[in-house]
Amino acid sequence: MSRVGIIGAGHGVFGRRSDATVQELAFEAFRLAIQDAGISRDDLDATVVAAVPEYHKQRSVAGVVQEYLNLNPKPTWLTEVACASGSAAIRTAWMAIKSGLHQVVAVIGCQKMTELATAEILALMGRVGEVQWESIFGSTFPGYYAMFATSHMHEFGTTHEQMLQVAVKNHFYGSKNPNALFKKEVPLDKAMNSDPVASPFCVFDCCANADGAACVILADESRAKALSKKVVWLDGVGCATSSMSVLRRPNLVGLPSAAEAAKQAYHMAKVTSKDVKVAEVHDCFTIAEIMAYEDLGFCKKGDGGKFIEEKRSYIGGDVAVNVDGGLKAKGHPIGATGVSMAYEIVKQLRGECGARQVPNADIGLTHNVGGIGQYTFVHLFRRD
Amino acid sequence: MFSWFGKVSFVPYSKVSDFAVHLKDGRMMGSRCKDCGYTTFPPRADCPECLSGNFEFKEYNGKGKIYTHTTITAAPTGFEDIAPYTIAVVELEEGGRLMAWTGDTLPSKELKIGMPVQVVPRIFEDSPEIKLYYTVEKPGATWKKAPAPHLG
Repeated sequence: MSRVGIIGAGHGVFGRRSDATVQELAFEAFRLAIQDAGISRDDLDATVVAAVPEYHKQRSVAGVVQEYLNLNPKPTWLTEVACASGSAAIRTAWMAIKSGLHQVVAVIGCQKMTELATAEILALMGRVGEVQWESIFGSTFPGYYAMFATSHMHEFGTTHEQMLQVAVKNHFYGSKNPNALFKKEVPLDKAMNSDPVASPFCVFDCCANADGAACVILADESRAKALSKKVVWLDGVGCATSSMSVLRRPNLVGLPSAAEAAKQAYHMAKVTSKDVKVAEVHDCFTIAEIMAYEDLGFCKKGDGGKFIEEKRSYIGGDVAVNVDGGLKAKGHPIGATGVSMAYEIVKQLRGECGARQVPNADIGLTHNVGGIGQYTFVHLFRRD
Repeated sequence: MFSWFGKVSFVPYSKVSDFAVHLKDGRMMGSRCKDCGYTTFPPRADCPECLSGNFEFKEYNGKGKIYTHTTITAAPTGFEDIAPYTIAVVELEEGGRLMAWTGDTLPSKELKIGMPVQVVPRIFEDSPEIKLYYTVEKPGATWKKAPAPHLG
């Protein structure tokens, strides 16, 4: 079977981007990806845009992005699976290439979130929980993950301090990422003393809403080799779902969709969790990164708290996790996040990450979760 | 009628709308598939097991155990006025789970996963419209008949 490779990657600055529209953000990332690939627009067959439409006044974002990028009449389409939209876009680009329909596809993840007030965003995000039986009680997105945290603490003795050590790590690495929203280290005591959000979470357990865009360019094996000398191969794509309602989950100490998507991706790429040198995991909340260690097989179920406490997810540990700062420090423009994760892995596998470079990174993984684990995409990347 | 259910309603209609009518009269209804017997809470009209659409309501006793919980300080639109509030998930003795606020008899500090609780139907008494919900209370708590609906 022929492979699908990534031949270019671009990333804009994440943050409160009141200076730019969503298509202007998309343009920044696209321009950098095209320059990085050393190709021209004419080499592209199609684009896939990832964005969550509810945040934008502009309806049907793919259309305005495609026009602003001057890509008409090439095909485009939008993917949406909440916070995993970016990885879903990469998956559909991979499918389009594998099918033989297209040879070179740009994936653009973009999101403008900060035009809405925080309470409005909380209301919108809370409705990724089930609205008929749950949202009527004012459940929020932090509230859902907080309930996972309560269960994880009860079942495995995980502590709030261990959770906040995830935040400390991700802010430490975020300080080395020029594209990150927050570029300052955060000491543990400052994190511990931040304002409550949804118990046990306080402010530093939560990632921040942000605006931003990222772009990767995928190509089939022959075009990738012809166009690029630094191809990173996308060798495993896994995707699975869990119930919309947390009331229908088998447990609240992990995401079944993540474990299943990981299994598929490892199998397809013919690697195991032990082979992964660098991972981008969906740390929308601190407990989410701890559960990701477990669901991805970096440690046993229940040991995620100890895994961070022993610094095994730092560079030099078992596997370097979120060394771009993760959603926590980099910011989480929800449509862009999955593409941003792929960008980081591509740069890591090429050895271009400077102060946050993971030594000998040859196999990388992204774990991108939509909603409260209703959708998870796990992708495995490799360099030759 | 389903718009009666919830402080803020997102779902005005459902095949299980009569759930809200029962709740107003103090009955917590789950659903039972008439073809295969699958019973669950919250109720659903269509059986996930045998695909039958032939269901009936089944009254639940509201007894269960705390499955997980959180106290929400940062509230979304429509809930700012009641924050902070505590949400618990209850594993019901008769099958299924529900989400609800904790009520007066159950201070959030006393909440523990696994503790037995009683779910009780409630009405927002100072609302001009019918607004129904249920709360998680200590075992033995009982429902008191809701005031007559204010129909304006």
